[in-house]
Amino acid sequence: MSVLLIAEHNNKEVKPFTLNAITAASQIDQDLHVLLIGSKADDVAKSLSEVPLVKKVLHIDHEIYENYIAENYTAAILKHADKYSHIICSANTFGKNLMPRVAALLDISQVSDIIKVISPDTFLRPIYAGNAFATVKSKDEKKCVTIRPTSFEAAETTGGSAEIEKIDAADQSANTKFINREEIKSDRPELGTARIVISGGRGLQSGENFKLITDVADKLNAAIGASRAAVDAGYITNEHQVGQTGKVVVPDLYIAVGISGAIQHLAGMKESKVIVAINKDGEAPIFSVADYGLEADLFEALPQFLKELNKLNTIQK
Amino acid sequence: MKILVAVKRVIDYNVQIRVKEDGSGVVTDNVKMSTNPPDDNAIEEAVKIKESGKATEIVAVTVGEEKAQETVRKALAVGADRGIHVKVDGTIEPLAVSKILKKIVEKENPDLVFMGKQAIDDDCNQTGQMLAAHLNWPQATFASKIEVNDKSLQVTREVDEGLETIEVNTPAIVTCDLRLNEPRYASLPNIMKAKKKPIEQINASDLGVDTNPRIEHIKTEEPPKRKAGIKVASVEELVQKLKNEAKVI
Repeated sequence: MSVLLIAEHNNKEVKPFTLNAITAASQIDQDLHVLLIGSKADDVAKSLSEVPLVKKVLHIDHEIYENYIAENYTAAILKHADKYSHIICSANTFGKNLMPRVAALLDISQVSDIIKVISPDTFLRPIYAGNAFATVKSKDEKKCVTIRPTSFEAAETTGGSAEIEKIDAADQSANTKFINREEIKSDRPELGTARIVISGGRGLQSGENFKLITDVADKLNAAIGASRAAVDAGYITNEHQVGQTGKVVVPDLYIAVGISGAIQHLAGMKESKVIVAINKDGEAPIFSVADYGLEADLFEALPQFLKELNKLNTIQK
Repeated sequence: MKILVAVKRVIDYNVQIRVKEDGSGVVTDNVKMSTNPPDDNAIEEAVKIKESGKATEIVAVTVGEEKAQETVRKALAVGADRGIHVKVDGTIEPLAVSKILKKIVEKENPDLVFMGKQAIDDDCNQTGQMLAAHLNWPQATFASKIEVNDKSLQVTREVDEGLETIEVNTPAIVTCDLRLNEPRYASLPNIMKAKKKPIEQINASDLGVDTNPRIEHIKTEEPPKRKAGIKVASVEELVQKLKNEAKVI
């Protein structure tokens, strides 16, 4: 038995969630190979080879993989998937887009978004926006599994020296063309991996008012999240959305400001270690998951919160 | 241009989910059911494309038990022209649904297939991509904007890093994000009219697709409960608690 993990990267660096998926994959089987499909991504191959949990890096280098296209990745994976018992990747937009295409062509019923490896064929996964947990056992001989990255620690990235094997590319799909990607660059920690997240909801009332959130985020070195309502209202861009269909975050501290706490939002943050809710509606459902609730007008509470933080001698980084 | 839209009947998104005591699943008896929310976006988009004159027919399809027909009927009320209900009892996995939809696509020959990006019950996020694979069609998942051209679509996708735009040649599969559009409500006259629109019933067993589950369901349980928190009286108290009790700042 050996497992094949599909790496997500930008031809320069491994994306962090791949490291979480590596941890999960190694719990399924220690004979873990990573498939890197890219263009001029030798640096990525090298860094993957240094991950101690990785036994081998399979590297496909071809210009058709300069941008990630699920159709092209699928063809490449299928060409090399034969000898593996499991094909694995992270359950973010990368893996969600990719894995079902692979699974269907292998006639495998995929197990999506697992949060625990119980045995090589049995997994725990959330359903109904995390309102229930299902234990499921795959009866397919080969398995396709996606990993909820925030449920597994990131793998160590140094000390390993896995072999890098160059392997062949597959055919390119003629029917899908990459046009562009608007990535919003930010100096802040990434939402999915930040230690502290502060999120704003409809209570902020405008995009300008998000500055109140930004100021606190700067002070705490926190990532900025948002409810779907805030994104839909145009206060902030979509990559900040936390929830069932946005990002799932599990920071040490999650601060929900002006967010009522719809089931769909709770699905994205309720596993956080400490949750703070600031809302002027004392009946808001967000208080039911909050460790510390502050019933207050956010327009008064946030500046005051920043002031109090400034008074502290040290803030953990 | 003909558009096939796949819809699924799920527990309404506002219902508080309850896990059955015997661990066999979640309570569905006497629970409000609705169309899976992003499937509403899929229908809406198809109707908008038809209204713009770029599509001539919309066919709504669902796979599920007898009552799943309600979701097709709702799609007809907002603008689909006719419906197909593939009847199947019990649990059906996305892999089997995608194989059934492939049969329907082969029968109907649509230029586009739309559906929601994810069903909010099993949260699998698989069916569209699987259907695209079976048909060897391009896929544009998590779409928040669709531009219909002559023989292709330009689709903006919601991805972790922001927005990505791809171009796919038709025929193609698009899975829809909630942000794609604002689904309309069906007007009463349209609901009445929809009752006269045809829904073809097909038994899944007649399509020659193996619908036996490949995933054994061992148990369903409640997620661990968070222990009750406290309300703090002031911002000062909050900061002190975070610093000295929770030790997170």
